[in-house]
Amino acid sequence: MSDSPIAVGQHGPELRHHFASVEQQRDAASLGMWLFLATEIMFFGGMFCAYLIYRMNYFNEFAAGSRSLDLKWGTINTMVLICSSLTVALGVRAAQMGKRKLLVVLLLLTLVFGLAFLGIKGIEWYDKYKEHHIPGQSFNADDLVRDYPQIHIDQQHEQIYFSLYFAMTGLHALHMIIGIGIFAFLTFYAWKGRYTPEYNTPIEIGGLYWHFVDIVWIYLFPLLYLIDRRPLR
Amino acid sequence: MATAAITAEREHYLNKEYGIRSWLLTTDHKRIALLYLASITFFFFIGGFFALLIRLELLTPAGDLVQADTYNKLFTMHGQIMVFFFLIPSIPAVLGNFLVPLMIGAKDLAFPRINLLSWYLYIIAGVLMFHCIVTGGVDTGWTFYTPFSTAFSNTHVIEAGLSIFVAGFSSILTGLNFVVTIHRMRAPGMTWSRLPLFLWAMYATSIIQLLGTPVLAVTLVLVVCERAFHLGIFDPTRGGDPLLFQHLFWFYSHPAVYIMILPSMGVVAEIVPCFSRKRIFGYKFVAMSSIAIAVFGFLVWAHHMFVAGISLYSAMIFSALSYLVAVPSAVKVFNWTATMYKGSISFTTPMLYAFGFVGLFTMGGLTGLFLAALGINVHVTDTYFVIAHFHYIMVGGAVMGYMAGIHFWWPKISGRMYPEAWGRLAALIVFLGFNLTFFPQFILGYLGMPRRYWQYPPEFQVLNVLSTAGSTILAVGYVLPMVYFLWSMRYGKIADDNPWGAAGLEWKTASPPPTFNFDETPEVTWEAYNYEEIPAPAEVALER
Amino acid sequence: MSEHIVSSKLYIGIWAALMVLTVVTARVATIDLGPFNTVVALVIATSKALLVILFFMHVKYASEKLTKMVIVSSIFWLLILLFLSLADYSTRRVG
Repeated sequence: MSDSPIAVGQHGPELRHHFASVEQQRDAASLGMWLFLATEIMFFGGMFCAYLIYRMNYFNEFAAGSRSLDLKWGTINTMVLICSSLTVALGVRAAQMGKRKLLVVLLLLTLVFGLAFLGIKGIEWYDKYKEHHIPGQSFNADDLVRDYPQIHIDQQHEQIYFSLYFAMTGLHALHMIIGIGIFAFLTFYAWKGRYTPEYNTPIEIGGLYWHFVDIVWIYLFPLLYLIDRRPLR
Repeated sequence: MATAAITAEREHYLNKEYGIRSWLLTTDHKRIALLYLASITFFFFIGGFFALLIRLELLTPAGDLVQADTYNKLFTMHGQIMVFFFLIPSIPAVLGNFLVPLMIGAKDLAFPRINLLSWYLYIIAGVLMFHCIVTGGVDTGWTFYTPFSTAFSNTHVIEAGLSIFVAGFSSILTGLNFVVTIHRMRAPGMTWSRLPLFLWAMYATSIIQLLGTPVLAVTLVLVVCERAFHLGIFDPTRGGDPLLFQHLFWFYSHPAVYIMILPSMGVVAEIVPCFSRKRIFGYKFVAMSSIAIAVFGFLVWAHHMFVAGISLYSAMIFSALSYLVAVPSAVKVFNWTATMYKGSISFTTPMLYAFGFVGLFTMGGLTGLFLAALGINVHVTDTYFVIAHFHYIMVGGAVMGYMAGIHFWWPKISGRMYPEAWGRLAALIVFLGFNLTFFPQFILGYLGMPRRYWQYPPEFQVLNVLSTAGSTILAVGYVLPMVYFLWSMRYGKIADDNPWGAAGLEWKTASPPPTFNFDETPEVTWEAYNYEEIPAPAEVALER
Repeated sequence: MSEHIVSSKLYIGIWAALMVLTVVTARVATIDLGPFNTVVALVIATSKALLVILFFMHVKYASEKLTKMVIVSSIFWLLILLFLSLADYSTRRVG
């Protein structure tokens, strides 16, 4: 690409006129995304607060509910997201190096991983539906009471665990869907050649968002799936 | 002197383009500020209308104007509209949007299209809320306490919750825009220690918006999901804790009151030095106190829950922290007062409102300390004492600061002067009407009249009548500026670049400013509030 | 952010570490460590999060203190919410 410094008068169409330079624009975009992620930490944080309080008070019910989740699917999904973070990071690198085709491939892979995650989540939710673990009128945790005679399980309190399970994984899935939408746009524009070593800010800040959604899951996995997996006496 | 002909020839942000598309698709922060001005003024009058209905009902002890259920809706809608659709956006979205780029010497905010999106989100939220009102409203109180809101209320809780969620998103994006702009787009020479205190206040406000609003958002999502999908997170029959809702709700809603007051404090910090012709006393302390209020404000939320069932131990912690948060506010009051000492005071309309702010905010703030004391709190919680306390701060403080700011910067915004005599008269009417409305409420609360009741024992009637009388006077005081500001846009005296002789970059460009704010990027080589170098307006006039 | 281009080898190394830590946390959960199960799970999760933040999100190579301030502040604010709420719940009388 060009190896001369970009003067303000000779900028590409992507420099918005209220900025003095491309650097200022990129720094502003980056700070903006980090601040947005800070708001997302607080957004999920409210649910983590609810989780903390109720896990403290209803540990048995939380443990039983946690055991009823499929550890295999949870672990696989965690790995799927980690793979997607790798493809995102490699994609940012490809954009920085001007490798358009590689960038498109990596972004497409990211989309595949993201959709796989959602597919597996759908399977897990369907399992919960079949087991009558969805809170509300049809909720029934007789199976948990039967499976864990050693601990006292209050079925009403059990609903709190599953309410939080669906609220937290649901909110996370919604963020995944939005992320997939964003990356679909990024893939399209990458294919059109819009991103260069001089201008790849959307890839960079889209990547930050994706990594954040991955980090939320990194915490959700142990908090929801691994509450108490010790062998039962 | 500028003539009408010369003004008409010069291009500025108002006459650069005409037509509704140029307004609805604008990314100019100044036009967006005016879009907000129109919208929040609309909601102010709707919220005010509900207030008048409340005061009308309370003229008599019996519940004879509306039914009890309707009364619940009246105070709920009054609170929700005033808090979320007027107070929280007011100064940030109107004065902040207009002034932040001007004050730092930038051409626009960092993200102009997101700024427009903020306004559209506000409008969408407003449409949802308006629809909610006309189809029956909500009766939970603006505080949405569970389990009434999740399991028992028969009103449009979901719609109201979604509306406020969207409004919150608008608020978050505004805060995000301001923080990035202040960090990244200051003109050369505009160091942090030369920032006008209004910008320190906007920065602190934006921090609160960014970190607090998301918690309210997720809480409303949980309430909506509980109503819609029968989740059980706040349902006591399933082991849910109503207090958890209150913790999450107040974690935002207490800092929210600082969102509402900090910008007004910033406005006062600009006005007092200008009309005392003196530097602000203790610039660093005032700047740091804004940040301190933003931080400490997050540590005190459970003082709204002292009698709700929290542990005594945590009540003591929150009580102590609540005393702490008053300190930075007091620092500001002392610094404004010290600024006025031996200053050359002009009693212009903005200065009158600023005086009102300082006195009334101090009263409201001190009564907050009464409430922070556990022993007193037990007696006056959920009485009119609390209502008087927060109206002294919100109306006597925040709204007065807003009015002060609108008057102060009106020449810059519109290129016209408002009629000064009418401005002073309106300020006086507002001050008298306000005190007559709300001072009796301190007494009522102390005597035991509960809040949110639509009927009351007859011995409280005299004070209620005084309060209602005051509210009608207050209403007149608010209608007057509407009229004369509109009048001034056509018939007001043409304003100079700097009619007040004020310090600040915004006064170094034309009134109204050109679309890109400055003809050349300014370079700042002077300290803020350098009033010893700026001639007062009368001297400027003599020189002509 | 910086123009520092990270080697793909490093990224793959971080990825491998994250995968290993995932397996570890799932396995360790099945071993009885008493109250330490939760601690270990959270320590592993935090390590994974740090790897993502420092390397995938480039924070290790970011020259700006401001980015780190934003991250630390937001975590600190979340902890305010969690701990002050806990101050109430953990000091209530039971029953």
